[in-house]
Amino acid sequence: MYPENFRYTKEHEWISLDGEIGTVGITDHAQKELGDIVYVDLPKVGSAVEKLKVLGSVESVKAVSEIFSPVSGEVVEVNTALAEAPEKLNQDPHGEAWLVKIKVRDPEEIKDLLSAVEYQQYIGA
Amino acid sequence: MRYLPKSESERRAMMEACGIASLEELFSSLPDDVRLKRPLALGPGKSEYEVIEYFEQRAAANASGYESFLGAGVYQHYRPVLVDTVVSRGEFLTSYTPYQAEISQGTLTATFEFQTMICQLTGMDVANASMYDGSTAVPEAAMMAMRATGRRKTVVSRAVHPEYREVLNTYVRRQDVPVCEVPYLEGSGDCDLEALERVVDADTAAVVIQSPNFFGVIENVPAAADIAHRAGALLVVVFSEAVSLGVLRPPAEADIVAGELQSFAISPSYGGPFAGVIAAKERFIRQLPGRLVGQTTDTRGQRAYCLTLSTREQHIRREKATSNICTNQALVALMATVFMTVYGKEGLRELAVQNLSKARYLASGLNLRFSAPFFNEFAVRTGGRTPDEINRALLKRKVIGGLPLGRFYPELSDCMLLCATEMNRREAMDAVKEELAR
Repeated sequence: MYPENFRYTKEHEWISLDGEIGTVGITDHAQKELGDIVYVDLPKVGSAVEKLKVLGSVESVKAVSEIFSPVSGEVVEVNTALAEAPEKLNQDPHGEAWLVKIKVRDPEEIKDLLSAVEYQQYIGA
Repeated sequence: MRYLPKSESERRAMMEACGIASLEELFSSLPDDVRLKRPLALGPGKSEYEVIEYFEQRAAANASGYESFLGAGVYQHYRPVLVDTVVSRGEFLTSYTPYQAEISQGTLTATFEFQTMICQLTGMDVANASMYDGSTAVPEAAMMAMRATGRRKTVVSRAVHPEYREVLNTYVRRQDVPVCEVPYLEGSGDCDLEALERVVDADTAAVVIQSPNFFGVIENVPAAADIAHRAGALLVVVFSEAVSLGVLRPPAEADIVAGELQSFAISPSYGGPFAGVIAAKERFIRQLPGRLVGQTTDTRGQRAYCLTLSTREQHIRREKATSNICTNQALVALMATVFMTVYGKEGLRELAVQNLSKARYLASGLNLRFSAPFFNEFAVRTGGRTPDEINRALLKRKVIGGLPLGRFYPELSDCMLLCATEMNRREAMDAVKEELAR
């Protein structure tokens, strides 16, 4: 369920690093807790993000949750398909429904994020 | 409205349940210095007869039989009797913001009708359930544009109602928002589009114009929209005279429309309460402030109404909400709803045309300050006498004249703003023309 090659935050985001590009999403646990997701608010390409600062927000029927960036860097790509089909976040949060790609400033930053095993312990899975 | 008196034994039972021995104990947590230690300055009780007599005396002090030519943001229009009949129904009159909104299907239905008719009049896709008034709708619309564009600078025509501009400046004063004012054209009285084009740039979030503007002049909305859109900014079109929408093209090129609905059966009441509204293109819906009623189906497949997209609002979004407006002008907006329903499409058009014709009659032969087409008000030079002198002379003839424009525009201190509506009779209009011709 939780890919071994991802790193996880306690705020329920994941990041998958490929060279200097990190793909970021929310975890399966997060989408289950939120319920039916109806809207995703994402940053513009080119904007700067800081580790554990607000990156955007996801909205379910009765609540809004902020998304925190797992790393610092610059947003290089945004998953625009989510604007039309936010429900993908409920269906495939670790794959098709990634949120943004970030050009990571310092790859060392992901070292203190949780591993798949640690994250599952953290959420009591 | 229900009045629920409490008997002494009920009071005692309630105090017992709260665990207090006296009413005074309820207030014991309040600091001593904020407590009022004397009785309220109210006279002794009066009989019903005395109360009625008192109010009759006060009512007799009102000046009656005057005819008014004041506009400038607050207009004298006929209020159909049906308006008060509907709004004084207990189901509407006693409900404040319905916190469990869906139980009040009647209120939500009326609000949905309101939103629908506002969209039809403005050419927008969505309208909210109302704002406090036109003046507060303007800064809310500007801030909406800032959120949508990620920019700050706001460009405002000087022909937008001066008090709306004051409220805008109050809202943004501490928010690091540069506000840039654009002049009106000296001869025609509409927004100087060349000057507008010079100041609108890549930092501009919103271009704000009013049509008809403060001088009653109809603005070139499509041209202003082009200028805003070429720079990636949004166009906010403001209106203060809603009746104009009955005959003018809807400002459909705008991205956001912010307006005042006082003209729709809301009594001037010495300045309020009024109702404003914000309408917008659908792509800006998540940036819209205020309540929004949607239509849905219930579990039995029947049509039903609900509050929707509430995640924009502060009871869910807290400090990230689109606005701190949390309630709305439901009852006052309902007056506008009934008004729009009573007049209908044809009636509103007829009413607007009547305003247009009366204003033309009033304006004919006068020394108009501006040359551009106007709706039901216009600026006029007062010639040898000051606007105040003209007004004093008119008052003696039981006519309330126009607004001396020098109060807001020092360069127009020899002008007054006159407004004619369906309420003005020919004799009074002739009196105004006579005084201005002297």
